[in-house]
Amino acid sequence: MFRLDREAIALRVAREFRDGDVVNLGIGIPTLAANYIPEGRTVWFHTENGAVGFGGSPPEGEEDIHMTNAGGGFVTALPGMSIFDTVEAFTIVRGGYLDITVLGAMQVSEKGDLANWLRPGRLIGGIGGAMDIVAGAKRVIAAMEHTDKKGTPKIVRECTSPLTAVGCVDMIVTDMAVIEVGEGGLTLVEHAPSLSVEDIQSVTDASLRVSPDLREMEL
Amino acid sequence: MTLTKLRGRARSDKIFVTFAEAVADIQDGSTVIIGHFGGPGGMPMLLLRALRDHGARDLTIVGNTAGIGVVFGAKRDALRIDPGVLVENGQVSKAIVSYPIAPGASQPNPLEEGFKAGTIDIEMNPQGILAERIRAGGAGIPAFWSPVGVGTVVSEGKETRTIDGKEYILEHAIKGDFALVRAHKADKAGNLVYRGNMRHFNVTSATAARVTIVEVDEIVELGELDPDKIITPGIYVNRIVCRPKQFRGK
Repeated sequence: MFRLDREAIALRVAREFRDGDVVNLGIGIPTLAANYIPEGRTVWFHTENGAVGFGGSPPEGEEDIHMTNAGGGFVTALPGMSIFDTVEAFTIVRGGYLDITVLGAMQVSEKGDLANWLRPGRLIGGIGGAMDIVAGAKRVIAAMEHTDKKGTPKIVRECTSPLTAVGCVDMIVTDMAVIEVGEGGLTLVEHAPSLSVEDIQSVTDASLRVSPDLREMEL
Repeated sequence: MTLTKLRGRARSDKIFVTFAEAVADIQDGSTVIIGHFGGPGGMPMLLLRALRDHGARDLTIVGNTAGIGVVFGAKRDALRIDPGVLVENGQVSKAIVSYPIAPGASQPNPLEEGFKAGTIDIEMNPQGILAERIRAGGAGIPAFWSPVGVGTVVSEGKETRTIDGKEYILEHAIKGDFALVRAHKADKAGNLVYRGNMRHFNVTSATAARVTIVEVDEIVELGELDPDKIITPGIYVNRIVCRPKQFRGK
């Protein structure tokens, strides 16, 4: 069955960024979304280690270990960047100043529950800033592959992995579809090229309602 | 205290000459807050190495990680020391942490091995709540109502309360016996300035311990730091140690 690649998922996610949004990107596919900000829009990237408004990696040789994002990647200072500490980084988050967060997920339930911190078979995992961020962000987007490597659905009726938060996800963007999470469950709003509703439902554990405005993902 | 201090030239009782002296009175069973985020930026690496060599055991360490098994974000010539050196050396009995694994790592690290063997207790925290618990410890707030982690493992065994229709978890403040902190420059009163984004957990960690020990690239005279640019007031700082030349900025 047709699947989009990680870059295409990131590109679709980036269409959600509005001009002036403060955005926090998780590790993995979400990080790639920084490369696809729609033209003419300014997005302020927020990081848990204490900055808003950082830019991409510096040229080789100009990396500074004291200028990194939360994932340890080297960043540069853009005009307008501000630096602070982790207490302040989460004041921004819980205080309601973060417009969008994009996170990877192991599982998302039909109620919008998110599980993304403990891998199966492991005793400890990295909770990190994810719990704080999904509790505070105005909008939470899960960006992920529709199924795991074995083909098991990741969009489920009930999460079986330990939860990151209850009912926090607003939108799911995968390599097959865009799904909105609402009061009444999941609504399929966009499908990847050449995929039918049945194709997508067949690898989704939770049941999907189909939007009357269902359309092909614009990439 | 039997520690020797730099005299004459410095005339500041906060300045310690060696890292070994600065950590010499950390006793077995101490709670040590380690200001860091995960990578080498803003990591008090030489203090950590000194504490490993000192060998105090049965420590409770508090910080974002307990060492993550790999040092990410490191340049080739950078030092590679993180709180994992204490775990690997068998000095840690409890870790109060948020991100104790390496991103994407499939192999257990020494902390996970210790947890499995029952020799290390782990208390997991959401990152912002860990920072806030340390802040509360420094600010004289014994506990606070948190909106983070409701309905997850984080809320297990904790008091909850509904305020304005929303559920909150009671989170308690953390105080340390010692805090290990990294800053860029100190003056002789212990006032601190930072560089780049090395503030992360360092600023709040400096406020929350009985003895705050700071590792810096440079120590300057009183009056050389613009008071308006000082991030950590020196009243929080008990000891300052300057990195040897070859390690400055790394």
